[in-house]
Formats: sequence, C-alpha cells, structure tokens
Amino acid sequence: MSAVFEQIFQVGFLAAIIRIATPLAFATLGEMFSERSGVLNLGIEGIMLLSAMTGFTATSLSGSLWLGVLVAVLTGMLMGALHALFTVALGLSQHVCGIGVTLFSSGLAYFLYRLIFGQQSVPPNIKGFETLPVPVLSSIPVLGPAVFNQFSLVYMAMLAIPLAAFVLYRTPWGLSVRMVGENPRAADSAGVSVIATRFQAVILGGALMGLAGAFLSMAQFNAFTFGVVSGRGWVAIALVVFGRWDPWRSAGAALLFAFVDALQLRMQASGLGHIPYEAFLMLPFIFTIVAMAVMSRNAVAPSALLKPFRREER
Amino acid sequence: MPAPLIEMRGITKSFGAVKANEAVDLSVAPGEILGLLGENGAGKTTLMNVLFGAYAPDAGEILIQGEPVRITSSADALAAGIGMVHQHFHLAPRLTVLENLLIGIPGKSGRIDRVGGLARLAEIGRQHGLTLDPDLPVSALSVGEQQRLEIVKALFRGARLLILDEPTAVLAPTEVDGLFSALRSMAAQGLGIIFISHKLNEVRALTHRCTVLRHGRVAGRVDDPANTTSAAMAQLMCGHEIVPPARGPSTPGVEVLTLEGISTSQHSGTPLRDVSLSVRAGEILGIAGVSGNGQRALAEVISGVRAPDAGQMTIAGQKVSRFSPREVQALGLGRIPEDRMTTGLVTNLPLADSMVLPRIGTAAFSRKGLLKPDAIRAFAEAQIKAYDIRCPGPMTRAGALSGGNLQKALLARELAFDPKVLIVSQPTRGLDIGAARFIHEKFLDMRAKGCGIIVIGEDLEELLVLCDRIAVMYEGRIVGTLDSADATIARLGLMMTGAEGHS
Ligand SMILES: Nc1ncnc2c1ncn2[C@@H]1O[C@H](COP(=O)(O)OP(=O)(O)O)[C@@H](O)[C@H]1O
Ligand SMILES: [Mg+2]
Repeated sequence: MSAVFEQIFQVGFLAAIIRIATPLAFATLGEMFSERSGVLNLGIEGIMLLSAMTGFTATSLSGSLWLGVLVAVLTGMLMGALHALFTVALGLSQHVCGIGVTLFSSGLAYFLYRLIFGQQSVPPNIKGFETLPVPVLSSIPVLGPAVFNQFSLVYMAMLAIPLAAFVLYRTPWGLSVRMVGENPRAADSAGVSVIATRFQAVILGGALMGLAGAFLSMAQFNAFTFGVVSGRGWVAIALVVFGRWDPWRSAGAALLFAFVDALQLRMQASGLGHIPYEAFLMLPFIFTIVAMAVMSRNAVAPSALLKPFRREER
Repeated sequence: MPAPLIEMRGITKSFGAVKANEAVDLSVAPGEILGLLGENGAGKTTLMNVLFGAYAPDAGEILIQGEPVRITSSADALAAGIGMVHQHFHLAPRLTVLENLLIGIPGKSGRIDRVGGLARLAEIGRQHGLTLDPDLPVSALSVGEQQRLEIVKALFRGARLLILDEPTAVLAPTEVDGLFSALRSMAAQGLGIIFISHKLNEVRALTHRCTVLRHGRVAGRVDDPANTTSAAMAQLMCGHEIVPPARGPSTPGVEVLTLEGISTSQHSGTPLRDVSLSVRAGEILGIAGVSGNGQRALAEVISGVRAPDAGQMTIAGQKVSRFSPREVQALGLGRIPEDRMTTGLVTNLPLADSMVLPRIGTAAFSRKGLLKPDAIRAFAEAQIKAYDIRCPGPMTRAGALSGGNLQKALLARELAFDPKVLIVSQPTRGLDIGAARFIHEKFLDMRAKGCGIIVIGEDLEELLVLCDRIAVMYEGRIVGTLDSADATIARLGLMMTGAEGHS
C-alpha cells in the first residue's frame, strides 16, 4: 500500500493539481461574476466547448497561440452576451435559456469543427502552450517545479483570483454587480443601470469561460475533441455554490476538486488495477456532491439570482 | 412664498386600465414640508415614482426651479437633486451601510472611495443628527436605522428635495420624534420635503402645506394644516365624512378560547412564560405591548403554528391536542397574520387561490383530490364584491394588491367561514382611515354575531376604540388585564414597561 502512496504523492502530483484546477478556476470565477449579478449561466458547459473549438481552430489556422486565446475569449463574450440578451434584456427564464445556450453552442462547435476539419481518422492537433518556468521562483524545492513551471495560462489564472476579488469588493463596478445581484431595485434607484451591469457581468463571465475552454484545447490536450470539456462546466456551477459566491473560496473549491481529480487519476494508474477505473472516475463527482451537501447548507445565494428586473413591476 | 423648487404639472399615469394619476399638479418650495395625503391606492406612490424617474408618465411635465426637465431614470432624478425614501426600503441587507451608500457613486482612481464616503457620512451625521455605523451589514440595523440610512443616502447625493413615502408606518412613536426633528432641521437648511402619511395628527404637526389625492386626482389642498381639523382632511381624502365606529355594550357569552399556563421555549422571538387568558363569545380582547414582547409567539401558538412546551389551550370548549393550523382551524379559529405578504397570501398566485388556500381541501373547493376551479373563482368573486376589494379580478396576482385591499381579502377569507374565534395581528398597520374604519366595522359586526376576537396591536388608540378588555404583554408574560372603561393610554403605557397592573 505504501508503494502506492509513494507513487501518488510526487512533485508531478502537485503540478497536476494546479493544471487541473486552472480551467476550473477560470470557469468558476466566470460563473461567479455572472451569478453575483443575479444571472445563473447554465450555458457555461457549451460556452467552454465552443471556445475550446474556436480557439483551437484559430491557432490551427494561424499558428498563433495567443490569437487562439483571443478568439476563445471573444467567443465566450459573444455567447455571454447572447445569454444576457435572453435573460437580462428580455427577462426570460435563466434555466431554460442557459440550457439552450449550452445545446446551441455545443451543436455549433461540432458543426463548425466538421465543416472546417472534415472527417479525419487522426484528429488534428496543434503545438500548444509550453511550460514557462518563472525565474528564481521555479527553483524553490518541490513548490517551484510544481507551481512555477507551468503554462502562462496557469499564471493568468493565479492572477485572476486576487484580481477578481479586487474588482468585486474594491471597485465601484464590483459594488454595482453585488448590488444588482442582491437588490436590483436599490441599484436602480441609486442611478445604476441594472441591465447594463448585468450584461457586463455576464459578458465578463463569458470571457473567463472562454479562457477555460482555451486552456483545455490549447494547453492541456492540444487538440479539440467532443469530450474536451466533459462536465467541467457543470462542476464549476457546483463549485460556485461550494465557494459561496466568493472569488477566494471559489478558487479554493476548484483546487480541492482538482486535488481529488488528480488523486483518482493517479489511483487509476497505480497498482489498484483490480478496481474498475470507472469507480475512480466517479470520485471527484462524489466529492462534489458530498462537499455541496455538507458545506452549502448555510450558503446564501445572491438574493436576486434568477429574478429578472423590470422597473415598473412590483 | 419663494419660487417653487419643484413643480409637477398635469401628470397622468395609467397601469393598464387603472388610472393611477390623472392631471395631477403639485409644487414644493425650498424649505417647505409638503404633506401628500390620500387613501391607499390614491396614487401617491405612483406620483412620487414619476418624480423620481422610476415610472415614465403618460403625460405632464416636471419643472425644477422653473425649468422644464426630462427625468427618465432615477439617475436623472438624483442628478437633478431629487432623493426618495421608498416605503419598502431599497437596500441590500447583506452589504454594509457604507456599501449601500456608495452604490452608484464614482470611485477614486478606480477604487471605491471609502475615505471620502466615511467623511461625508460623518458630516451628514453632524448636520442632522443622523449617525450610523458604516461597517455594519444592513441586516443588523433596526427598521428605524434602515430608514435613517435611506435618508442619509439621499443627502449623500446632494438631494435638494427629499421624498418620504409613508416613513412613519414602520416606526415606533419615539423614533417618529427623531425623524421629525431631522426633517425639520433639513427644511430649515432649505431642503424641500414631500412627506406621505395616513396619520393626520402627524401631518398636522409636521407639514406646512398639503396636497390631497383621491382616485388619482387632486381632491384639494390644505394651506394651513396645523389649524385644520383631522376630520376636514379625512373628508377631503375619502370624499365623505368619517365617524369613528361606535362600540355598543358587550354581551359576552361562553368562553370560546382559553389559554392556561402556556409556555414556549427559546426561539427566534421572545418566548411565552406561563400565559393564561380567555376570550368569550361576543368580546374583543386587545393584547397591547411593545412589539417583541412575545406577541409573535402568542399568535403562533393560538394559530397552531407552534406547539407550546407547557400549558393547555381550548377552542370552543375543545382541547387542542396536536397544534397544527389545520386542527385549530377545524375547531373554529380564524387568523389574520401580521405579515400580509409573507404569511398571509401567496403573492405570486392568483388572488382567488390565496383566498381559498386554508380551506383548499374542504368539500367546498375540491372533490376527490381535484380542485373545483369554478367554485374557487365564484367564491373569490363574491368576496371581492362583498368587501369592495379593488383589483382587476380574481385572477390578479395577489402581490399586486395594495395593503388595504390585501387586508380586506384576508378578512374576507376568514370571515366567510364564520369563525368562533378570530386572531388578528396589527389589523390596520399601514392602512388609511377609510380602510381601517372598514376593518373595524367588520370586527364589531363579528362581535355582535358572537365571535370572540383577539387583536394584537401596538396602536393603543385603536385598541381603546375597539376592545372590551385589554391585556398587556411584557417579556413574554401577561402583566395585567384592564377593562377598557378603566384603561387609559397612560396606564397602558406604564404597564407596557413592565409595571404590574390590576386584573
Ligand atoms: N407597478 C404597478 N403596476 C400596476 N398597478 C399599479 C402599480 N403601482 C400602482 N398601481 C395601481 O395604481 C393605483 C395607485 O397606487 P399607489 O400609487 O401605490 O397608491 P398609494 O401610494 O396612494 O397607496 C392603485 O390602484 C394600484 O393598484
Ligand atoms: Mg403608497
């Protein structure tokens, strides 16, 4: 048994956690901004998939990784705007529209991918991001190679967390986001445009979901497959609740989930071969359900979540 | 008289078929406190929402210091120096006082300007005696403090005109004094103030001039409220004279409700400690007390929502055993809860559904587990007619009704089934004289018919008019019961502080 543990807990394990956590952190922060403004975005799964596809395609066609990232972000923003159009401007059901956005984006991703790349026996791939050691920091023992020898998108995620907290808690715009998510009428009567603020928050959320998608197809897998997202969007929605709609806690939740996921990957690869690998695959999701049940009991959602705002209605 | 600060001319606003405002003119001068009067549904809130940019008027114009302005959003109104304290506060309970103040205010180099905000808050505190702890979450504030925050919020943005929509409805008498002195201080500094209230004695004490609305139109103006009688103003509001209801001598019968040694354990409110009381048929018993002294627990026990830890209760001679709303209702208890919106009705359902909800399983409204929609509708229609509930019809969303009409609907719902005992909390809170009068008359009718009624209330004048006996609660106990012939406001007030009375 101890041999198994030794195999699991290595420097590579720590690095894997960070890598797995990165797209989840982007996605979770994105969903958090959207929900803090009062808009549940169930389109996240599809938005991540479509962004993964467009980013991959742009890079594959142009050869520029950063152009691919930009295209993925723009895709996320566009789909965020579409979701906001339905739910914020038209005040339609956030559940229905979110699922609609996911179905539409996924369908569009498959369709465009086939259109551009056709049917190929070996899926095309790109030369994705390479690890970029941070000078000095990467030579810290254990922590250095695991945390500071990563893709640049990983560093972006690390910076995105404090930045998100700063924007949400320290800037007037962040205050507006929190206010329209708690009591849109109060924001409106204070001269803040509820519609504009929600649009901005959902679009910003879409941009972060786009980054999550870009990471998957351009750093983690370096290819686009239809299973590239495989439920990470849904997980992000749970992690937002788990993280109580707070950037730090949400990022922490992503890290915890990544830990369990990395663990199950190692366990699959290790000497526990007599257990069917599907059992390991379930672990992170069981963890999510249990964590949600235990931790989210007294989590309080933004009061105006799911509620469209119409000024003359009471 | 100085030139008007704000003038509204010919304002008309309809919601569907309802004309909430029709050709309304109104003006306020700097330093003036204008009273805006009218029954529930007269259109006061609508008119102020038009001025504040929350509603777009169908016709009419607004002038600020003689210049026509277009106000299409609250942002415009704030920029024009108009601030409004809404009847239902516009605050986010989970954000702090300072965050609620700074919402919509541009920051300093990209950040929220905390230092500037604190300085301004302190300055307003000094000027008008309105102090607040900036870092408390709003949910930790009392209602009075929340209102103070709303006023400070308006001043913070440099309001020159302050609108207050029924500010005293939620305040205790001592808090009202504080509010009035702050408002007088603001007026003395040249602010214009529009003060909405139903309470004519307050209006007479505070305002310089009044505009009275009735059914959306200006019914009249009062130039010297201090020297105008309440009766004259009430007549302007209602269009007819209002005489206080006359309570005839009581002929109480058998005991219809008894409580013996009821105690409850610690819960969100003050628990009950050894409460005994009885109500007889044809009698109205008042429960006086400063709110938070166990009234909620008492109402919950009697309505079967909460089971006591000790003690016994009987309704119409039968012992209550299981304490469920269904059981006490089956024994003949009717109940009108304190909070119409949350425990009274289901605001998102049609009015008709809410009106039959407590009896939805009875043969009158369902058969073999299926509802009888026609019967439900017919019942609601009949009650709407009988109680003159103003609404577009039985299928209106209950939440769209005004407070007075909601209360009538709740009353209709309970009285339609001839309860033997009726328990009501704060029956006329927030209602205008006409509506309150209507409710009082219904209580007296029920009393004449032999119903026993318990009225839990804070308004001592109301209790004295209505009740045959008044019990006073203090810290979960009944400290004494007075015949209303012996009761005075002073004596009740003393007992409400815990001093023993005489049974
Ligand atoms: N947002 C709204 N939608 C529909 N009807 C409304 C709305 N606001 C007010 N009304 C109706 O307009 C009339 C005036 O209401 P309101 O201005 O609230 O009266 P007041 O404040 O004098 O009690 C009422 O009949 C009310 O039902
Ligand atoms: Mg009103």
